[in-house]
Amino acid sequence: MTHEVVPVRKYVAVFAALIALTIATVLISGIDLGEYNFVIALTIAVTKGSLVVWFFMHVNQSSSLTRLFVGAGFFWMLILLMFVLSDYLSRGWLPGPRWW
Amino acid sequence: MADTDLSVAAHAAPTTLKHHFDDREQQLESSTLGMWVFLLTEIMFFGGMFGAYTVYRNLYPAAFASTSHYMNVTLGATNTAVLIFSSLTMALAVRSAQLGQKRALISFLTFTLILGLVFLSIKYVEYHEKWVDHHIPGPGFHYAEPQYFHQAQILFFLYFAMTGLHALHMIVGAGLIITLIAMAARNRFSSGWYTPVEMIGLYWHFVDIVWIFLFPLLYLIGRTMR
Repeated sequence: MTHEVVPVRKYVAVFAALIALTIATVLISGIDLGEYNFVIALTIAVTKGSLVVWFFMHVNQSSSLTRLFVGAGFFWMLILLMFVLSDYLSRGWLPGPRWW
Repeated sequence: MADTDLSVAAHAAPTTLKHHFDDREQQLESSTLGMWVFLLTEIMFFGGMFGAYTVYRNLYPAAFASTSHYMNVTLGATNTAVLIFSSLTMALAVRSAQLGQKRALISFLTFTLILGLVFLSIKYVEYHEKWVDHHIPGPGFHYAEPQYFHQAQILFFLYFAMTGLHALHMIVGAGLIITLIAMAARNRFSSGWYTPVEMIGLYWHFVDIVWIFLFPLLYLIGRTMR
């Protein structure tokens, strides 16, 4: 996992993409799309986070072991949220989504 | 003969390679993996708060959406841009360290530090706004929509807990960057060994990612819901 030196323009391109996505998420949040506002905002956030993890944090150059750890971290985070929600939703403590 | 070779090798070996590692690659791999394990505990740490946020937003969607109108989106978006920019300068700092460019390393680290302090200053302005508007949960709390008085306090409590914890991480990060600048100035890094720069870089980017999620959740998604 010796890290190659990444050209500056690649970092700048990732930066430009992150700024563009930030502008997009702010603009889209002003338009009423119902429940899709939440879906789009979170999709953009996940995309931005992935760009940072993949390029800025050099996971694209990392060993498989490091990638496994990174993936496990986010997977466990998903387990946390899914189990909490499935518990609250199935007990009727939370109102279900409209399509429920 | 073999002994002599070994002792020669030991003398020639750079001091930055610790004796319990086979080579630099293994040493860097161990540091990276260790840092990621630490960051995983941080994901879980923030994950609990994101979990609390998820439950309460589902419980009181209307009250939570109403608070979005009292969040300063301009300042929040500016801060997002500032933090993303600081991630870029941090990535360039790590790149300078890889190339052994001491002056560029110190410049980029200083730039990252300044952007981090700009972020904290803007955060202070936002907190002050909340103070003036009586949006700090507790006895002094006022809310324009009385039916949401209690529920909105939960969101503002989560807002201060999550952004406060994030700001605390920024302050720690600023301290770490100052340490890096001091180390770089004393020629502690070379193109062969710059592990602390790379590891604190990982930490800084992680704190950036937390904000990337906090910004839409706290400022944006309730803007059009009423």
